[in-house]
Amino acid sequence: SHIVLMLADDMACNPRNPKPATVFSHKNMELNVYGDDVEVDYRSYEVTVENFLRVLTGRIPPSTPRSKRLLSDDRSNILIYMTGHGGNGFLKFQDSEEITNVELADAFEQMWQKRRYNELLFIIDTCQGASMYERFYSPNIMALASSQVGEDSLSHQPDLGIGVHLMDRYTFYVLEFLEEIHPASQTNMNDLFQVCPKSLCVSTPGHRTDLFQRDPQNVLITDFFGSVRKVEITTETISLNRDLAGFESKLPRDEAATEPLKYAEQLPVAQIIHQKPKQKDWHPPGGFILGLWALIIMVFFKTYGIKHMKHIF
Amino acid sequence: QVRLAVPVAVVFAPGSVPGDLPRPLPFRDVEEMEISVNVRTSVTSQYEMVYRGTTAQEEAALDAATAREADAALHPLQDSSLGSLTVYVVPETSSLLPQGISVYVGKHRSALVRAGGGLAALRMRLRQLTQVMSFTASSIASVLSDRVPDGQLGPDTRRHLKSSLGYEITFSLLNPDPKSHAVHWDIEDAVNRYVQPVLDKLSLVANFSVDSQILYYAVLGVTPRFDKESSSFLLSAHSLPHVINPVEARLGSSAASLYPVLNFLLYVPERSHSPLYIQDKDGAPVNTNAFHSPRWGGIMVYNVEAPASPQASLPLHVDVDMVRVMEVFLAQLRLLFGLSREELPPEFLLESPGNEGLADWELDRLLWAHTMENIATVSTTLTSLAQLLDKIGNIVIKDDVASEVYQAVASAQNAVAELAVGHLHLAFQASKKAVTSSERAFFDPSLLHLLYFPDDQKFAIYIPLFLPMAVPILLSLAKIVRETRQRKKEPTKMD
Repeated sequence: SHIVLMLADDMACNPRNPKPATVFSHKNMELNVYGDDVEVDYRSYEVTVENFLRVLTGRIPPSTPRSKRLLSDDRSNILIYMTGHGGNGFLKFQDSEEITNVELADAFEQMWQKRRYNELLFIIDTCQGASMYERFYSPNIMALASSQVGEDSLSHQPDLGIGVHLMDRYTFYVLEFLEEIHPASQTNMNDLFQVCPKSLCVSTPGHRTDLFQRDPQNVLITDFFGSVRKVEITTETISLNRDLAGFESKLPRDEAATEPLKYAEQLPVAQIIHQKPKQKDWHPPGGFILGLWALIIMVFFKTYGIKHMKHIF
Repeated sequence: QVRLAVPVAVVFAPGSVPGDLPRPLPFRDVEEMEISVNVRTSVTSQYEMVYRGTTAQEEAALDAATAREADAALHPLQDSSLGSLTVYVVPETSSLLPQGISVYVGKHRSALVRAGGGLAALRMRLRQLTQVMSFTASSIASVLSDRVPDGQLGPDTRRHLKSSLGYEITFSLLNPDPKSHAVHWDIEDAVNRYVQPVLDKLSLVANFSVDSQILYYAVLGVTPRFDKESSSFLLSAHSLPHVINPVEARLGSSAASLYPVLNFLLYVPERSHSPLYIQDKDGAPVNTNAFHSPRWGGIMVYNVEAPASPQASLPLHVDVDMVRVMEVFLAQLRLLFGLSREELPPEFLLESPGNEGLADWELDRLLWAHTMENIATVSTTLTSLAQLLDKIGNIVIKDDVASEVYQAVASAQNAVAELAVGHLHLAFQASKKAVTSSERAFFDPSLLHLLYFPDDQKFAIYIPLFLPMAVPILLSLAKIVRETRQRKKEPTKMD
């Protein structure tokens, strides 16, 4: 489908989850957000900054399947939602990496250059989320964040049975708001900006619309959510000649019967297993390291005198 | 700047030569028109007109009874290379064209025009004809749409399929009620008979692959309304946009290819919702009972007649009339590509292309638009690649990326040169090669820009590493400097 989902995916089947394969938004267990139609495209170790930027810019190795690609064109509206731990100008990926706001802005500019989007809605729910959209400079981007720079985004409620907080406040209230939107709804973006005021969210949600060409008043929520298409009634038909006397049936191109390949032949396992490791070329050390070592050695021998060298060698 | 040359031959039948020709036949003339896209970009269209009289064979062909027969007889006598046009001017009193029709456009690359009104009227007709048969200013501007300042193009201009090397067509039969209807469709036969000829005609434009599937228990996401007057169910026009998304999740697509997919769905409504009609904005039922979505595909609703006797055994056997279905699907395919026959100047008559699906000049229209789009895409892609390399200095360009870039530039220049001479076929092939190379260069996985390190991070990492090491080095350096200075002073002291 048209959703690319990148998830560390260690929660639903975590041994501590008393109801495995479910993730609920509230401890009343009403809404299972990890339901039947959730397809995780990138999970656990595949969720890296590099893969995320590859998906956005399209610089993907040719062997990647269709579901892991962003196949958008200049008429596509894209929604990007990011959540996790973050700080002033960055978002954490997997405890070992970060993506900065400058990289994100550059990736969006690459997308704009190649016309990979018509309009882009960027929602981020992290601490100091507003810092992530400060650096955007490409047109047609609208951004929402759960907190301003210097503020923390707080989570909603813990489930004492599991021992963790289930959802963030901003996400929880946005989800509640969106559950009431149906495909024919005329609600516009200004209503989305009002979701989760400071009284509920404790942090101040922010938004940025200066790069967006249309007035947010006129932008429907369903422009980004719900995949509502433009349709046209078909009024023309062509007339086909029903009885084609003497039509030749097109023979399939590959007439020669090829033997079906057995599994082992399709995958050159023997070659892969016995492959020698690629020899990395040895490069002489670069200028900075050489200079540093030269400095150290020179100082050492100047200080202690050159006559000590013969004791060493 | 790009120049689009269209070779046009205007052939005057005896008795149709206007009196006010500037020179005696045969002569050549060139008409140029500037299509301005934005302040810096403009495309010049150049119509190279050759005016001449008919040969004996052409005269014999024009003696036919109807325009269609004349067109068929004239076809082997023409120069029918891609992009060229031949116009035959027949006398005003000729009976070839029906009453009230001044221009007849055949299914190949020729047209018959009724003379009358002198040279000025003829020129106007020729201009209208070339606009219909090759390209218009707006069709060229719309494929260069990312360069046009916003607001000048209408909102509907970017809805035709983008130029691509291939397309995948999927025919799906949706049967939500298998207990009542056992639907059979001979899709393979229909594809071979009706779809394949159209795709063969379009094979110059792109590669097509066709597959089909049957989905059971797939429902439309919208509940139709029951209308008492017609005792049928109606789907209103404003609920149609919500139909596609719930169904789309169930449609598969080939995991391997990256070509755009065109989905054509045939929906057989449930017994409890039959018959189902689609209403247009005015409330009238649509006679094709079908709708399409730009760049996605089309959906047709196929109603099954209620059985004669209410005790008929379920499930009813239904054999789908594939001709009716394919007439709609192929029309939708044409509309998705942007070939519409709706807006015509008055007094024009277009010949139906029959089972081939599209006329030769419609293929030319597609090729003009796609060639321009390809050339524009190549230049935008390579420019943005160059800008990326300017901004990030330490990206390494591999040799094969470099060779793709060179090839893209060479092919694009070749395409522009061929367009200027009027060789549409060669220009299109060159533009396809240019686009393939430029996309391969731009989307090469090795060009991912390196991660950005903000300055404070660089200090934060390197200072704890180098500061403790640097302290004794700097102190020793200071000691050395002091010693050398002292030694310089000492010789004067010792002496």
